[in-house]
Amino acid sequence: MTIDVRDPVRPAPMLPPVDVAPLRRARLRATGVQAACVAVSLFMALPIVLIGLAAVSSRAALAEFPKPLVPSEFALDSLLSFLRATGTLPALGNSVLAGLYAVFWSLVVGAPAGYALARHAFRGKDAYQMFILLVRALPIVVLSVPLATMFLRLDVYDTVLAVTLVHTALALPTTVLITASIFVSVPADLEEAAQVFGCTRWQAARRVVVPLALPGLAASSIFTFVLSWNELLGATVVTLGHRTLPAQVLTSLAEASVAYRFAGGFALILPALLFIFVMRRYLLNLWGTTLR
Amino acid sequence: MPRITVSRRAVLRTAGLGAAALAAGCTGFATTGGGGMVFLSTQFRPVDEAQRFRDLLARTISGVSYVTIEEGPFAGQVRSQVDAGATRIGLLGGLHGDLAPLADGYLEDVTDVLARLGDHRWPADYLELARAGSDRTWYVPWATASYILAAHQDALENLPSGVDPAALSYDDLLDWAVAARRAEGRPVLGLPAGPKGLLHRFTQGYLLPSFTGGQITTFRSAEAVTAWEYLRELWANCVPSSTTYDFMQEPMESGEVRLAWDHVVRLVSAPRQRPDSWRMLPSPRGPRGLGYMAVLAGMAIPKGSTDPELARRTIEALSLPRTQVELLRSNSFFPAVAADLPDDLSPAIAMEAQAVRRQQDAEDAILSLPPVGLGEREGEVSKVFQDTFRSIVLDGAPIRSTLDGQARVLQGILDELRVPCWAPDPPAGRCEVS
Amino acid sequence: MRSRSPWLLLLPSLVLMAALFGWPLVQAVLAAFRDEGGFTLAHWQRLLTDPYFLPALRNTVLLIVIVLPVQLALAIGMALLVQARPRFIGGHFYLWCVPLAISELAAGLVWLSVFDNRGYLNSLLVSLGLSENGVQWLSYENTTTMLLTVVIAEIWRATSLVFVIVVAGMQVIPRDYDEAAQVFGASLGQRLRHVTLPLLMPSLQVALILRTILALQAFAVAQALTGRDFPLLVGETYEWYVNLRNPAVSSAVALVVLALSLGTALLYLRTVRQPEGAR
Repeated sequence: MTIDVRDPVRPAPMLPPVDVAPLRRARLRATGVQAACVAVSLFMALPIVLIGLAAVSSRAALAEFPKPLVPSEFALDSLLSFLRATGTLPALGNSVLAGLYAVFWSLVVGAPAGYALARHAFRGKDAYQMFILLVRALPIVVLSVPLATMFLRLDVYDTVLAVTLVHTALALPTTVLITASIFVSVPADLEEAAQVFGCTRWQAARRVVVPLALPGLAASSIFTFVLSWNELLGATVVTLGHRTLPAQVLTSLAEASVAYRFAGGFALILPALLFIFVMRRYLLNLWGTTLR
Repeated sequence: MPRITVSRRAVLRTAGLGAAALAAGCTGFATTGGGGMVFLSTQFRPVDEAQRFRDLLARTISGVSYVTIEEGPFAGQVRSQVDAGATRIGLLGGLHGDLAPLADGYLEDVTDVLARLGDHRWPADYLELARAGSDRTWYVPWATASYILAAHQDALENLPSGVDPAALSYDDLLDWAVAARRAEGRPVLGLPAGPKGLLHRFTQGYLLPSFTGGQITTFRSAEAVTAWEYLRELWANCVPSSTTYDFMQEPMESGEVRLAWDHVVRLVSAPRQRPDSWRMLPSPRGPRGLGYMAVLAGMAIPKGSTDPELARRTIEALSLPRTQVELLRSNSFFPAVAADLPDDLSPAIAMEAQAVRRQQDAEDAILSLPPVGLGEREGEVSKVFQDTFRSIVLDGAPIRSTLDGQARVLQGILDELRVPCWAPDPPAGRCEVS
Repeated sequence: MRSRSPWLLLLPSLVLMAALFGWPLVQAVLAAFRDEGGFTLAHWQRLLTDPYFLPALRNTVLLIVIVLPVQLALAIGMALLVQARPRFIGGHFYLWCVPLAISELAAGLVWLSVFDNRGYLNSLLVSLGLSENGVQWLSYENTTTMLLTVVIAEIWRATSLVFVIVVAGMQVIPRDYDEAAQVFGASLGQRLRHVTLPLLMPSLQVALILRTILALQAFAVAQALTGRDFPLLVGETYEWYVNLRNPAVSSAVALVVLALSLGTALLYLRTVRQPEGAR
């Protein structure tokens, strides 16, 4: 799976009627680009299709070899048993809550920091970035016991709030760095110009910088939500009776029998697919309007 | 300007979203089902098994919600809650290896619970384990399991003539594996050598005791060298992807493996799907006898339990022979108390029960226990056996020097702990690799 | 205007991080160097003599060195394809972002269903008659195919992250720069090298740092595919903490991961400098 980035289009050989060549070249080029797009899409989508097919296969069909692409027998029971398991729906609610909280708080806390990194040259900038990365760089498993003890002492243990705090902190490096890289690319001149025309500093940021930075903010929100959606260990150690979806039904996926593995894996993917679908439209709409 | 309108709406939307989320409360929704006392356990984690046990629990006692967790977070949760003086758990369930490390200060003494239940006749070995090296009882034995062989009809056809599959020796097993490989054109014997597989129990409790009569004291004896040479030969006839198998039932169901050794719970789904195709067999015997290992799960009460009274009642209810037989039906764990097994068990469970009983009742049976009194360091002892397997069998390292090296690691751990040996090694004094 | 202290904006994040992770972090660091008797290096000794540690270190570095450049090239290529605005780009874009949403756990399962001995790939090979029993992709004897499968799975799982960052970065590059270069007859390669890439540096820097740090944290995919045959450093941290109940050695491995992460992050911060002109 490689794409020839440098030269996706070979210039067509010169043909006598000069006026046709650019058109053909453009058409050839479009075909090449489309072929490359289709190739990448296949690589990205095929595994999900496969796990989806496996998730609705019966146990007997899963055991076949060689497996046909479309399973010989369909069965929904393993997929449904996830839905029926105790606590799945409340856990789904907790996951959504924790994800939204985490998106909100990581933007509130992280975006100003990203802005500061982008607009200010100051001593300790590298140190700050290092500190932010430190948390993400240390495997969280070694923090699990002290973290749980702290939440117990603060009496927020076993709440969505506790999960949110952990996920927000885990998401901060992504949020800070992505927003910083976005703010840096929004020319400061624009902001200054707005101020020259009478905007306050805050108005300039809101009316000029934020709209231009929205795709980046959306991207970092996606990361945060997805991180929170898929995070397992932190959610397992700080909750007991108010778990998120991965902690509630999916901890044991790796040791469940094969039919449950695929069903559970697929059940975990589905809502995330929907989320990306919604965010994708948002992203595409946005960059249609920020063209310069 | 349209751009600004869009952005303002987006900002408003984000703010609205955040406010709505905040208003929805910070605690979240309860995922324990009925609420009530939390029964935290490392057992029956897969969603279908958990659901079957929850149904059994609901029939047995009310007001208890069963919450599953992996072994690592289990220890972490109990420790951090007890340390913080804010226990949110009522009752604990886990294997001996999960509970014994918590005995020093994280569990309530349950000697009295056991005394009240006195007439259930637990085997003395189990009660010894439940004391975790002290003079008090820290958990009530809940269920047991063992490890056996499973053979597909196809594999049975390749059994060398004159061999009784229900009374195999290790040499027979090797001959069988070779014959089956030749007949099928590929190896069909599988061992659970994956990251969560229990192969170290095979070396610890089956292979080494059968060849050497001991587990720790004989770790670097000449007989141990023979045992590892044997395993190397056996491995050459195993499915190479054995190193990824955690549970043998999957490759058995897919047909990749026709002959397997594993924990009963990790085998049961294959004969359950096709009871006619599979036979469950006792583990093989070696020069010293038939080494086998018992797995023990127990129930314990954490310090500061949310409802010690209900926890005690739950233990009592789950210790009844009747409930323990129900557990066998629903989750394939065998009773820890002396219970008569009914005749109407499903074929898969009945076959397993028979194999386990043959294994225990064999005249030359050598019972091995999981390490006793090692607490937190037990995993490192298992690691010695795992690493020895990897070096000798997978990486082809010389046996003698590998055993000597690993024996030093093992001795280092035992020296720090100063514990007596456990079965099948003689219990006298301090445990030492001779 | 620039004189106002940026620390006011940084403060909330600093407070949150310090409150949540500061103290546990200190404890973890101390644990790696202490036992009952005070300072000790015994945990490090135990780690260094462990047969899994060096292979894990080697595999981790190898994986990052192979996966990262491929992902970066692929992501830039994909971003350029998006810029060319072919038909159906909405659909393509969606599919390219999808792996973002997929957890390591699920990704491992997905690729296991493909590379398993009786998985989809071997099914394909056998039904096409290319192989009799399929290829043992995940056998511990085939180190190369094992590495290959993990590399493919990681590329699939994590390229989207780099891709989205790069696309977001490209959106804010003024189109006239590229058009101007085109007018002056610059080829695609020249435009890429002299216009697009330099302006993309801040995004690339971020993508590199994040990907490296996240790649160092990833092990579930490799574990699902190869078990313990392809150990990775973070997997060892879990193994020591969860299965071996030895937080001290676990912290020691964690510190190695930390050192690697921060080392590479510092390297990127210093070498992939943000162009001053973009400010």
